[in-house]
Amino acid sequence: MSRLRTITRRSFLIGSAAIAGGVAFGTYLYKRELDNPLLEGLAPGAAAITPYVKIDAKGVTLITPRADVGQGAYSIQAHMIAEELDVDLEEVRITPGPPSPVYYNGVVTVEGMPIAATSESFWARTGRGASDVAGKLLGLQLTGGSTTVPDMYDRLRMAGAVARETLVAAAMQQTGLERDHLKTEAGAVILPDGARLTYEDLAATAAEIDPVTDVTLRDPSQWRHLGKAQLRTDIMAKSTGTQTYGIDLMMPGMVHATTRTNPAQGGEIMGFDAGRAEKMRGVQAVLPVTGGFAVVADNSWRAFQAADQVEVDWGPTPYIGDSAAQFEAVAAAFTEDTQDSRFRDDGDVSAALSDGETMEAEYRIPYLAHAPLEPMSVVVKVEKDRIDIWTATQIPRFMQANAARVAEIDAEKVHVHVLMGGGSFGRRLEDDYVMRALEVALQLPGTPVKMVWTREEDFTHDFPRPLAIARARGKVSDGQIAAYDLAIAAPSVAESQLGRLNQPALGPDVAIVAGAWDQPFAIPDYRVTGHRVPAMVPVSSWRSVGASGNGFLHECFIDEMCHAAGVDPLQERLRLCTHAPSAKVLEAVGEMSDWGADLGPGRGRGLAFCLAFGVPVAEVVEVRQTEAGLKIDKVFVAAEVGRVLDPVNFEAQLSGAVIWGLGHAMNCELTYRDGVPQQDNYHVYSGLRLYQTPQIEVRGLETGGKLRGIGEPGVPPAAPALANAIFAATGQRIRELPLSKSVDFA
Amino acid sequence: MRLTVNGTEHEVDVEDDMPLLWVLRDELGITGPKYGCGIAQCGACTVHVDGMAVRSCQLRAGDVNGEVTTIEGLGTPEALHAVQAAWVAHQVAQCGYCQSGQIMQAASFLDLNPEPTDDQIDAAMSGNLCRCGTYPRIRAAVQDAAKRLREA
Repeated sequence: MSRLRTITRRSFLIGSAAIAGGVAFGTYLYKRELDNPLLEGLAPGAAAITPYVKIDAKGVTLITPRADVGQGAYSIQAHMIAEELDVDLEEVRITPGPPSPVYYNGVVTVEGMPIAATSESFWARTGRGASDVAGKLLGLQLTGGSTTVPDMYDRLRMAGAVARETLVAAAMQQTGLERDHLKTEAGAVILPDGARLTYEDLAATAAEIDPVTDVTLRDPSQWRHLGKAQLRTDIMAKSTGTQTYGIDLMMPGMVHATTRTNPAQGGEIMGFDAGRAEKMRGVQAVLPVTGGFAVVADNSWRAFQAADQVEVDWGPTPYIGDSAAQFEAVAAAFTEDTQDSRFRDDGDVSAALSDGETMEAEYRIPYLAHAPLEPMSVVVKVEKDRIDIWTATQIPRFMQANAARVAEIDAEKVHVHVLMGGGSFGRRLEDDYVMRALEVALQLPGTPVKMVWTREEDFTHDFPRPLAIARARGKVSDGQIAAYDLAIAAPSVAESQLGRLNQPALGPDVAIVAGAWDQPFAIPDYRVTGHRVPAMVPVSSWRSVGASGNGFLHECFIDEMCHAAGVDPLQERLRLCTHAPSAKVLEAVGEMSDWGADLGPGRGRGLAFCLAFGVPVAEVVEVRQTEAGLKIDKVFVAAEVGRVLDPVNFEAQLSGAVIWGLGHAMNCELTYRDGVPQQDNYHVYSGLRLYQTPQIEVRGLETGGKLRGIGEPGVPPAAPALANAIFAATGQRIRELPLSKSVDFA
Repeated sequence: MRLTVNGTEHEVDVEDDMPLLWVLRDELGITGPKYGCGIAQCGACTVHVDGMAVRSCQLRAGDVNGEVTTIEGLGTPEALHAVQAAWVAHQVAQCGYCQSGQIMQAASFLDLNPEPTDDQIDAAMSGNLCRCGTYPRIRAAVQDAAKRLREA
């Protein structure tokens, strides 16, 4: 399985900055230590013992460099540090810190290393010693791919332990006592007589001594935070309206701006007349930005109103502009010329399917918007020799570099302040909106510019998950699946997204087949082929990336073949399964759902499985026919992540992923006319609402395998489990999303 | 015009048709109510006017006839409203962006219906969108809040 797991990781942005950073990271690691950014400007008497723990007059600050966009990243990172540092999380400050190479993502890079032809071409290219390019790639600070927990698990606990032991060493120096006589507790070193030397008291001494790096991490049996139900560190703020998001920032002298760029994707602005808008109350300026214009006003609503009054001459989209034509382009891409990958080619599929009775089906999935509830928003302030950017982002260092390029100044003069994100689902891996705001701020030096997009602008420029078509062929014999040939055609996320990050996208794009080619099933003749559709509208990573749609494309046809073979879908998957943890989640979900028990007429159960981001997840959906339409009653989810570090958030992430997967499968699609997305607000793109939400039962298995993240892997099985349940309940096999095109939901 | 928000009277100089949401956020600096859709589809902007939940993105400032309460006026970290206490206990929030509106909707609903059924909760809360999918915990927290309010 090691090869499979390594490759699976590539399903996040293959050939990406991630991959590129991996190489650079290796070079970097072997050459020198990474700088600790907290040492810059540190006050006398303050200590920054590691890049993750800072202690000054204000107290203890924990640095949690992975972005929190709702998945609880700050909280789990803080608990990892606290597990070793012995601090009370209510008494410390928690901040993502400054963008810095030291906060590189080591999992997305190291585990994302390409193999085979991909790696050859890339390594060869990198090996040519383009050190300036490598330098840009160093320190890839990126949040994504469900990597926060696996990446930070050792690093943050180690940071906590090093800081603790260094503080203890400082206490030993101050008191002359031996290590054995000292304990640590709630932000202090405890002396034998019970006296407390707080970490703040010890900071000055600790800053003067060499950090104690010979530390042993605590055994999980001693843990007080991890593995137990935790209170999210942001839960109080988020329950009282006191959490500050980017859209909430206020600064003296700040102006409110909004930008509008061509709704026809990629189209230019040919000209605009702002005469009427400029006369409106509160409007200070109407300014050009790349591909559009900005209105600057004294209130966001006034900026929105004025933007509606600007008369614009938009150019046409350079891309295929209509949904039907887009799908035609995808359908035309099942050729040898467009073959992008064939990572799975077991047995001899061509021979197996050349005679006898075979099955065939075509499946389709649409473009999907991320549409996080906090619309894109940012505050930018341009001063002489300094640019400050406040926003929620998963890519602070890329943003820094891109802003430096736009403003034509050195990257170190760009200061990115990362804020809590009101959702993302991958949207904040893009920084387009920040560059538009920067263009405005560059025209208003000295003035803080808050730019807020309308919801319509946000939907219209979302960088969606790409559409895809799958053509499946198969054969069953003797009550078993005998052959499976799956070809998937889709535009490349890596090609589109990496271009915007100024990174090369080399080799095949694993995202086209992620969650399909890498499944742990031993079908005798089994082939998965990816076809790359020539680039159309810009696309990006969407919660669970390629697997988000490929789970549906792969698993529904498995269900079709099971039905044709007359075999139970759970038993057949177990028979074919080559991976013990995957078999365990299948068995678990079978037990949880009482799989096999009769549900009675008008009801049905569907099963789907997907191994994505190294995490096997199995889901069973129960549906019921009602007079008002189909009702989803229950969903059962089992997942294996090695170790559950916070059962409360684990449950939240998996149930949220199920709701995300179900809701988009039921009623969401982004369609285009003349390059303009036709869904521009939630009335036509709502996902699941509360009345449709089923009971969701989650079980985390901990068989001691490698630690994994759980933000994304719950998404891929939801749509196919629902479609398979609808078939079980109604006999209707639906091969196109959203399902609402074929059935009504209650 | 004059607006009373969270017990404080404010004099604001805005157009009659400016939505209350933007008066609160950009004129008064009260940022608990959120902008999500601008068309009353998501509920993130929900506030109370004389105790009734309203979508502040659709209420013209000139039409506000009553005292406005935002999430900041419902309770504070030091003195939580029962609904907020339930939200903390159930750890409802993920990104949290919709939760001000969810909480304001729930508080108003429970004021009108102290002993709701599950179906009534579903009906009352389905106008509030949550992209993170916190709905199961919202259901549980509303029931818990109802209990807390009855026992208070």
